[in-house]
Amino acid sequence: MLAHLYPHEMNIYGDTGNVLVLRRRLEWRGLAVEVVPVGVGTAIPPTTDILLGGGGQDAAQGEIGADVLTKGPDLRAMAADGVVMLAICGMYQLLGHEFLTHDGQRIPGVDVLDVVTRGSDTRLIGNHAVDTAWGQIVGYENHSGLTELGPAASALAATSVGKGNNGIDRTEGCLTNNVIGTYLHGPVLAKSPAFADELIARALRRRGDEIDLEPLDDAVALRAAVVAAGRPR
Amino acid sequence: MAVLAVWVGKIVLMALRLGGRSGNALPGLIVEKLFPRYLPRALARLPHGVVVVSGTNGKTTTTKMLAAALAQKFTVLTNDTGSNFVRGAITATVDASSWTGRLRADVAVFELDEAHAVRFVEVVAPQRVLLLNVMRDQLDRFGEIDTTARLLRTVAQAATVAVALNRDDPRIAAIGTDLGTPNRLGAEVVWFGVAPALRGLFPTDEELYSGAQPDPGSAGPVQAQLRDWGAGGATIALSPGDAATDPDASVDTIALRAGGAHNAQNAAAAAAIAATFDLAPDLIFAGLRAVEPAFGRGQSFTIDGRTVALHLVKNPAGFRQSLRAVEGEAPDEVVIAINDDYADGRDVSWLWDVDFAAHLPGTGTDSSGPAVRTTGVRAADMAVRLRYDDVPVADIQPALALAVDAAIAAAPAAGRVLVFATYTAMWSLHEHLVDAAAASDGDGPKEATR
Ligand SMILES: [Zn+2]
Repeated sequence: MLAHLYPHEMNIYGDTGNVLVLRRRLEWRGLAVEVVPVGVGTAIPPTTDILLGGGGQDAAQGEIGADVLTKGPDLRAMAADGVVMLAICGMYQLLGHEFLTHDGQRIPGVDVLDVVTRGSDTRLIGNHAVDTAWGQIVGYENHSGLTELGPAASALAATSVGKGNNGIDRTEGCLTNNVIGTYLHGPVLAKSPAFADELIARALRRRGDEIDLEPLDDAVALRAAVVAAGRPR
Repeated sequence: MAVLAVWVGKIVLMALRLGGRSGNALPGLIVEKLFPRYLPRALARLPHGVVVVSGTNGKTTTTKMLAAALAQKFTVLTNDTGSNFVRGAITATVDASSWTGRLRADVAVFELDEAHAVRFVEVVAPQRVLLLNVMRDQLDRFGEIDTTARLLRTVAQAATVAVALNRDDPRIAAIGTDLGTPNRLGAEVVWFGVAPALRGLFPTDEELYSGAQPDPGSAGPVQAQLRDWGAGGATIALSPGDAATDPDASVDTIALRAGGAHNAQNAAAAAAIAATFDLAPDLIFAGLRAVEPAFGRGQSFTIDGRTVALHLVKNPAGFRQSLRAVEGEAPDEVVIAINDDYADGRDVSWLWDVDFAAHLPGTGTDSSGPAVRTTGVRAADMAVRLRYDDVPVADIQPALALAVDAAIAAAPAAGRVLVFATYTAMWSLHEHLVDAAAASDGDGPKEATR
């Protein structure tokens, strides 16, 4: 089951497309899939295999910040239990310890990832491609929060041309067990098919289903990725 | 100094035109650099000042409509070339001036995108401001939608005579609440809106993204209302009180030349700000009737007996509207041209916020629908998007002209090709289609407008 966190409030820059990409890639292989929206005041279903959350307006983030705290215990338990999570931008920040806004406000996170984010007055914007163990991941970053990884966190990838977590330490995103945070919008899974399949494979493995995923024809997605990676930021 | 600035601008313009180019940014850019005070000084002499038209969607058409309404009584200066940057405004001003530096106009109407509107009002105090809507558009340039709304609030604060605002757009409505009426500089706030029964045709950004129901809570008096819209045209009511309820409101039904519900809403917007001039409602309605569709907004061409219609797409709301508008047209071929240059917006993720499965009927499991081709720099991105919506893609051809020519060749005699293109893709395709229509041996108008 795919749980989609805050589909109404956290869906900016095509992030909702990640849900569609995973759903279709399961359907195309004849695997059953159910998508459940999880909004403010709704509990995350305990049968969730993959949890997806996107970025939002700064204004939405304050409102969502309060609700996500109530989901904190569930999120920590699920992360410890190996539930696959893909959190983009705003949701990535909220999975960390805290977000210190530019005007000094502190939005506490849920401590799932060992990261801390500070607001800044410049936005890190542009096409961004990074290399990972699952091939190139291609998306579009757009954020003003600068994220620092703590000792318990490891980066999802190293950056070469993009800005990534903070524009300084050449890291992009965070990977802790099956929880992934990243600044790549786009939606990131559209042009990163191997990465999408890795999320599906991890979720299936956790359920004890050792299925070899049938390969899909991703030629067009990979072609789009090559174009995007070569475009100006 | 004005004379010198005008001379420099005019000479650059002439050089461009002699070279067969219709550039409108370069002369403005040069004058802006050499004579930074030229624009405010020239515009300060306009008896009825400047109107700034801004918002995400509909600026070009609304600017044309407003200019046409004001032209019933005044000499109007406008940047009607689609260059909605400050430089475009400078070029238009230079072009409308005599060689002695005198500006031959009573009032100026400038279309400016949100960021440029802020820059503009820093140098020129506009008498009037018209704000249409705030939708997600090219967000990589402005950051976020709330930032965009803040930019527009700054623009509205700069008006000295009147501000016209969209009652149905929550972010624009909030600007009105913030401003108060009159605003700090004494500008009165007037409102435009659509009748409650029509609200469903104009989803706000929130409704578009969250499926939220239209919010009826923003009701309040409007000075211009779109009462009805349909085959007979757009019915617009004007009243200084509440156009929705005033039995003495001036009401007219106008068969707008620019089709689509959004153009009917734009007409109400133009009427609202036009009514703040000393201009009789009949003249306003007459002006609205005269407007041709703006460049690329449904323009069509006849090539080898086929009709090719060109639609600009630049954000999810506009793309959805365009797709809906063509549902009834049963095209044989559809071409989607996506570029990602600066003017298009570098980020193409917005394509994922358009529901193609629902709006390209007959292309999915039912194969009776049009063949869909993708083109432009991001042709492959667009094809990936369609694939995930189960819309089959007939061809991926990044070269714009080749893709459109293939669609024309594949369409049956007297067939119909619809092209959806982002800004820069539309510019190059427009040029190609004008040439192709001229070279085509078909009879009739070479560049017909619907
Ligand atoms: Zn972001």
